[in-house]
Amino acid sequence: MKTLAQHIAEVSPSRAFRPALMLVPWLACLAVALLIHYAAPMAVNDYWVNVMRRMGVFIVAAVSLNIVNGYTGQFSMGHAGFMAIGAYIGAAVTYYGSLLAHGSTNDPAFYTQGVLLMLAGILAAGCVAAGAGLIVGLPSLRLHGDYLAIVTLGFGEIIRVLLELTSTQIYDAKEVTLGALATFPLNGPVGFERIPGYASLFWIYLFAAITCLIAFRVKMCSSGRAFLSIREDEIAARSMGINLTKYKVRAFVLAAFFGGVAGALYAHTGVNPSPTDAGFARSFDIIIMVVLGGLGSISGSVLAAIILIALPEALRDLQQYRLIVYALLLIGMMLLRPQGLFGVKEVWDLFRRKPQPKDKDPHGPARFASAAGTTGGAR
Amino acid sequence: MSDFLLDAKGIGISFGGLKACQALSLQIPRGGLYGLIGPNGAGKTTAFNLLTGVYSCQCGTVHLDGLRIDTLKPHQIAEAGLCRTFQNIRLMGELSVLDNVRLASHLRGTHTIWHTVLRTPRFVAQELAMEQLARELLVVMGLEDQATEQAKNLPYGDQRRLEICRALATEPKVLLLDEPAAGMNPSEKKDLARTIRGICDSFGMTILLIEHDMGLVMDICERITVLDYGETIAVGTPAEIQSNKKVIEAYLGEAVDV
Repeated sequence: MKTLAQHIAEVSPSRAFRPALMLVPWLACLAVALLIHYAAPMAVNDYWVNVMRRMGVFIVAAVSLNIVNGYTGQFSMGHAGFMAIGAYIGAAVTYYGSLLAHGSTNDPAFYTQGVLLMLAGILAAGCVAAGAGLIVGLPSLRLHGDYLAIVTLGFGEIIRVLLELTSTQIYDAKEVTLGALATFPLNGPVGFERIPGYASLFWIYLFAAITCLIAFRVKMCSSGRAFLSIREDEIAARSMGINLTKYKVRAFVLAAFFGGVAGALYAHTGVNPSPTDAGFARSFDIIIMVVLGGLGSISGSVLAAIILIALPEALRDLQQYRLIVYALLLIGMMLLRPQGLFGVKEVWDLFRRKPQPKDKDPHGPARFASAAGTTGGAR
Repeated sequence: MSDFLLDAKGIGISFGGLKACQALSLQIPRGGLYGLIGPNGAGKTTAFNLLTGVYSCQCGTVHLDGLRIDTLKPHQIAEAGLCRTFQNIRLMGELSVLDNVRLASHLRGTHTIWHTVLRTPRFVAQELAMEQLARELLVVMGLEDQATEQAKNLPYGDQRRLEICRALATEPKVLLLDEPAAGMNPSEKKDLARTIRGICDSFGMTILLIEHDMGLVMDICERITVLDYGETIAVGTPAEIQSNKKVIEAYLGEAVDV
């Protein structure tokens, strides 16, 4: 039997290294973002453009939660906590950064300082949220099922309470000092205000596309198979050499990072992030998207996020009955397709034709053609 | 360092008052097929669980190729080169047959999450190699046509074959098979016996096999260890075991003068 190392040595470098192909998916992300940025405003009115911004944010949130709940099968109920951390970090970087840099938050143009501040804020938000994910994940991922769910639920609530305890926002640029910032002036229960809405459709969908690309690549590789095998059977996964704690924490940190990114984007869509954003109601919204789309299905999460954001808007004509209809639709969906829209599959898997098996005795003799010396009864 | 590839000395575990496995010693030289038999509840699977770290040994030591493994975690034991199949099949049901095999070779891969995200040449080369290796192993076990099938949809016998295939993909030094022929019909069993013997001979693999089908064990194993009530009662060649008085007593009960 040839070992993996021998197989690796045999792979020709020209098959493995194709620099042009390496860039294509990233350029595709950029193209998708540009297309949506310029095409959407032509197709729909401003109101729906705003709905689409929310959709993009929740695509990032749902896809990232799918890495934990879908791939590794760990039930995390605190994703809104990571999102809120990201929202506040991102908002604080942009808001106080703008105040420090030029005294006000007016900076609406496309490629300027404000946008750079937002990007820095998004990166910082992702990193801080990932750090929080590591801190929560290391002790709690030794727990299973319901216990993990309770711990993560508690985490979200802790974040919510901590955010309520922050001090009042500083509006005057002259008062922004290091000492003042150390008191976390994030405006307590009122919610962080006056954050410039730099997150245009372009930025939101660029991040959404990148998140999907990374999540998809992680799924379709040996790490992804390790994640999925943990969901399927922990004992078997362990016996095949998969370090359960390492992979669970890795999934959790990855999900927290993109949860933070989603939060930071959300903070820049013209809303005021408030402590209730960290609560379990928001976490449930995201969980519903992941479950409805199918645990482990990236395209399912994307579609579910789009449907679940658009549905309440589309049902607006029903006025006060719309939430009842929304709930009934959800119940109906779960009854008809308990595995979610796509299960673990992706949208395009549904259209793939099954290869026809060749004619062969199903229990025919095993073959050892590749091995040296075929003895011992093998024909 | 001992001359044996797998050397377990006096390993044991008790659950409350039940001594599931006590002072069990197993010495397995490099290469060859070894059997572990015993009546129901004799502690065979417990012995496997102790060797692979599913349970931690309360006493005794296990060395694999000179490396002490009884203090390691299950995934580290697999990395050291000891892999097993399960009596109650534990496949990743939702994953495809190919993925089940590929996931086992992740252990020997060296690319990190960064290689994955950026699709570096190292990542591509390793993924291609993993698929090649997996397909080769599927051919060995005669499962190549079902590569894209979900593992849970395979017939029972094929699921057992897939488990062996998956264990082989971890590139073990010693392969532990826990009742690989359970629930198979006679022709499937015969075929499986040939396959196992083939793996042993052409790959130079060392295999330890638990099996209830005496015909199969006696046919293909070179040496057999017999357990009863968690203790070793006999070690020897199939012929020696068949005529061993203690073994006959363990299986059939003591002879009583009437």
